[in-house]
Amino acid sequence: MSAAWLPRLNGGASRRIFVLLALLLAVLLAAPWIVNDYLLTVLIVILYSAFTGQAWNIMMGFAGQLSLGHALYAGLGAYMAAVLFVDFGIGPWIGFLAAVPVAAACGAVIGFLAFRFGVAGVYFAILTIAFAEFVRIGFDHIAAVNASAGLFLPVRQVAHNDVWHLRGDPAMFYYVILAATVVAFILCRLLLESRLGYFWRAIREDEEAARAAGVPTFRCKMYAVMISAALTSFAGVFYAFFYNNLFPEQVFNIGRSIEMILGPVIGGTGTLFGPILGAFVLTGLAETLNSIMGAFGLGMPGATQVFYGVCLLVVIVVLPEGVWPPLARRLGLTKEWP
Amino acid sequence: MTALLSLQQLSKRFRGLVAVDGVSFEVQQGEIFAVIGANGAGKTTLFNMIAGALKPDHGSIVFDGKPIQDLSPDVVCRRGIARTFQLVRPFPALSVEDNVVVGALLHRHGVGEARARAQALLRRFDLFDRRHHPASALTLPDRKRLEVVRALATEPKLLLLDEVVAGLRPTEVDRLVAVLRELNRDSGLTILMIEHVMRAVMALAGRVLVLDHGVAIAAGTPDQVVRDPAVVQSYLGAEAV
Repeated sequence: MSAAWLPRLNGGASRRIFVLLALLLAVLLAAPWIVNDYLLTVLIVILYSAFTGQAWNIMMGFAGQLSLGHALYAGLGAYMAAVLFVDFGIGPWIGFLAAVPVAAACGAVIGFLAFRFGVAGVYFAILTIAFAEFVRIGFDHIAAVNASAGLFLPVRQVAHNDVWHLRGDPAMFYYVILAATVVAFILCRLLLESRLGYFWRAIREDEEAARAAGVPTFRCKMYAVMISAALTSFAGVFYAFFYNNLFPEQVFNIGRSIEMILGPVIGGTGTLFGPILGAFVLTGLAETLNSIMGAFGLGMPGATQVFYGVCLLVVIVVLPEGVWPPLARRLGLTKEWP
Repeated sequence: MTALLSLQQLSKRFRGLVAVDGVSFEVQQGEIFAVIGANGAGKTTLFNMIAGALKPDHGSIVFDGKPIQDLSPDVVCRRGIARTFQLVRPFPALSVEDNVVVGALLHRHGVGEARARAQALLRRFDLFDRRHHPASALTLPDRKRLEVVRALATEPKLLLLDEVVAGLRPTEVDRLVAVLRELNRDSGLTILMIEHVMRAVMALAGRVLVLDHGVAIAAGTPDQVVRDPAVVQSYLGAEAV
């Protein structure tokens, strides 16, 4: 069993990739000892964005299905874990296990309706927004989760980090989201190099041609939505325990969905490094900009969003593939175009 | 001889237009069968119905002893019918090799195994040297061959070729014709082709069906049909003979 997936993990990748990955991981592992609390929080936001970007990328980057409502799955994960914790004292990891089938089932419903009845392209994207909005408005009225007043997780002071209950200092949260990002990266790599991964890419490139080549497109697209939704739900669990408060207006907001897709779009959809690079570039630059503006007393609300817009515009015009593919070619990391 | 594919009274109507009107024919195991006819004669509609991309209004399609007219394209492919498209549709951003791997994965679960199969096919069709190029970077003749290779990778019993030599230079036509004939001879692959290029039809097909406005007006060997007055009248033009 282990022998079967190992070549999938490292096969075809150049030595430089591994050196690059090892260096990146070493720097990220050492970060909590080097940076201050503010920068550590920024890094947590970056890795959170890299993780959600990676999860979203399964649907859009791999299988070509544009979701603009991924906040739905993160929100479901967040509420699931939070409710279990607040009302039943059940820890976040069990909460995550409970959130996975809920998010996957929700993705399956959307996927089934869309793929069974031929809702594709922009109409599919609109459907994903619609569902996220339904659920946001629904949660605003569910008394059991405190409706629009918001759900608050009890914050207790702990003497030492409690990973099992996700209670601790920022460094603990940092390592948890780092581990999740690494797991998501490896999972995506394995998926991309699997039979399903090839079928997804065929669907992304030309769905009709894929069907003609025997690809069971309906089933493959269902897997893409469900896996992507399940993975995204973990981000929600993390969000709930990191911020300790949940408002439907915030977690299910379409803005959250858009933020999730900016990283991979800027880094390069369909690539494994794109979501990570995109998260670093986008959040890194936005935070730098905020600090500079703050230092000059120019801080104003909405500046980050404007900056995101400008970034997106520049990348679409200058680097339509995203930042990573041309960078990878420059660094000699791809074997294509001999 | 048993019929691999049998069409009975197949019809398809698009609003007022009858694209295919009661067409029946049989393709025997191991033969190369061509469907010819002018533009708009209903050839591609016929093909799309066999491949599962269109549902016929009337009639039945029996393949390998089982009706297939209600199956979806991916299931039809799994049953053993692979097709090419008139306007080529390779997966543009995927490498030439990965295009073929997708086809080879239909009956294989290991990517490595599928890759080996893909490489063997690419060698046979002179595309091995370009296997790492994105399919979008290929020339039209290469993309046409890639479509054939991808279809063959699914290990079909019946290969549907939709104007596969159209737009190729005569030498390229001859090369592709040679490979197809070799495949038919060596592995007994049954081929059903739609073709405009009579050079390819005459060289390949054992039997020909002529469609005109959705109706089968003649059938027989290539030599027979090109002398058929109705065919000359409607399709080839008097000066062609």
